[in-house]
Amino acid sequence: MALENKFSEVAENKLYSLAYNKFLSEHKLMGARCKKCGHLSLPPKPICPECHGNELELEEMKGRGKLVAYTVIAVGSPLMVEEGYGRGKHYCCGIVELEEGAKICARISGVDTSKPEQIKIGTPVELDYVEATHAADPTHEEGERTFLSFKALS
Amino acid sequence: MPKKRKLGRGVAVVGAGLSKFGIYPKGVRGQDLFVEAYNELRSSVDKGFDPGDIDALYLGNISSDLFERQVHIAPAVANRIGIVPKPAIRFEDACAASGVAFREAIIAISSGIYDIVLAGGLEKMTNLDTTQVTEVLAAAMDPDTEIPAGETFPGIYATIATAHMAKYGTEVEDFMRLGIKNHYNGSLNPHAHFDASIPDIMKRRAASAVKKGLPEPHWADEMEFLHDPKQNPVIAWPMRLFDCSTICDGASCVLLAAEDIARNFTDKPIFVIGTGQASDYFLAERKELASIRATKLAAREAYEMAGVSPQDIKIAEVHDCFTIAELVAMEDLGFYKPGEAVKAIREGENRLDGKLPINTDGGLKAKGHPIGASGVGMVVEIFKQLRGEAGPRQVKKKDVDLGLTHNAGAHGSTIVVNIFQRR
Repeated sequence: MALENKFSEVAENKLYSLAYNKFLSEHKLMGARCKKCGHLSLPPKPICPECHGNELELEEMKGRGKLVAYTVIAVGSPLMVEEGYGRGKHYCCGIVELEEGAKICARISGVDTSKPEQIKIGTPVELDYVEATHAADPTHEEGERTFLSFKALS
Repeated sequence: MPKKRKLGRGVAVVGAGLSKFGIYPKGVRGQDLFVEAYNELRSSVDKGFDPGDIDALYLGNISSDLFERQVHIAPAVANRIGIVPKPAIRFEDACAASGVAFREAIIAISSGIYDIVLAGGLEKMTNLDTTQVTEVLAAAMDPDTEIPAGETFPGIYATIATAHMAKYGTEVEDFMRLGIKNHYNGSLNPHAHFDASIPDIMKRRAASAVKKGLPEPHWADEMEFLHDPKQNPVIAWPMRLFDCSTICDGASCVLLAAEDIARNFTDKPIFVIGTGQASDYFLAERKELASIRATKLAAREAYEMAGVSPQDIKIAEVHDCFTIAELVAMEDLGFYKPGEAVKAIREGENRLDGKLPINTDGGLKAKGHPIGASGVGMVVEIFKQLRGEAGPRQVKKKDVDLGLTHNAGAHGSTIVVNIFQRR
């Protein structure tokens, strides 16, 4: 039926959130490059924010970059508390600038969260993934989910 | 370049009120806190007004849905204060909710469609525990990147802080200095959630330890106290507890009137001469992390409309949801060059007796941050200060005739800036 086709068209549109998260679960970090002006959006955007063009193609990120800003969180978000983080087990999240030029917010591993002041901006990082099991919420089924993470290399 | 905008006709604030901010028991409704604010507003309108003349209610509120299990809160408030059947509209733009409601009220009056609008905000947050509140607030983040990364709002602003520290050499003590200033101002504000200075809090904590039979703690000064991880634990490094605004309940409102009728209500109307608003990307997508572009854009629009420069501003209320947010706003609003706000902070330039007093009411840090009420709460303070009615925290320098408010939603993905003048 025509209506059902439209539902699957939206669900499978590679520039929308559902596809981005499906790719993550296959350990692929995808951005979208504008065919008209070459701007890279990460995560993918259906419309280019630079030139407003709506012809974009997916591009897989190579996964190497550097840490440009970060925090070490002691009072965790509900998601992280569910994974056992919080007051007794701090975690790092930060912003990574990829070699391709785009930046993204992600979990950061391989740093000493007991000495947050010693984590260096500019630290090279490489793509990594974390799998964790979570309860259902309004936008996810119960079960294992894949989370974007970067590992500090030095 | 955006075109230069101007108001279709002048608009003034002619009355203002605030509930006391703080933790109210379960069962106290946000709409009752609004009544508290509204009653204070009524007594602030020198020549009085007929509530029947209010054309509309513009109400900022972020999540009465989740905090109170109530939606359609604007008509409910109109009902409480007896202005049914006037139009009542709720605005939601994260912590800029009432800043946006206020600006939209200005736009409505300047368009000529309304003459008198009641603009305000409310939030009853403390029915939920801190983890639940954190989850409600986190809903203003990017669900595809920031939430899965485990970000929290203290974390987002802490991330901005590390970018600022790396770029300009800003130190954690600079953040602490802002907390000390804002707590002192809050200690002079009877509406504040924390009406205590840091030295007051140190004395209370020492007394409480003694009362519990524990050894009396000693700190050489406020800085030593704020470096004590027991007293001031890290929430999201480098933001500690005393860098974070408070979760609390409260309401705020102001009465706006067209310029040509403003003096029917008071001999001291406060004119809105500039207003600006901008949006921004989620944090990682921005070119610059140590500043908030939407603040620069909203400020430019407001300054151009008002025909004034940042250096003309005599007093400001800026959005200090976290201390780093105040510091970055001081630079993005053009009061100081990038990286130079710390110099003013270290020299005490923004205290009540300084060259440019900022957050004279204690800011969101000490006055409290009942999110939906905060934007208009800032306007209430500027109204009082420009009229010389701020009591013990009144700025005493002469010619305090030009004030600014800066209200941020989420990571600064909504910013509203307004400029006010006493004539």
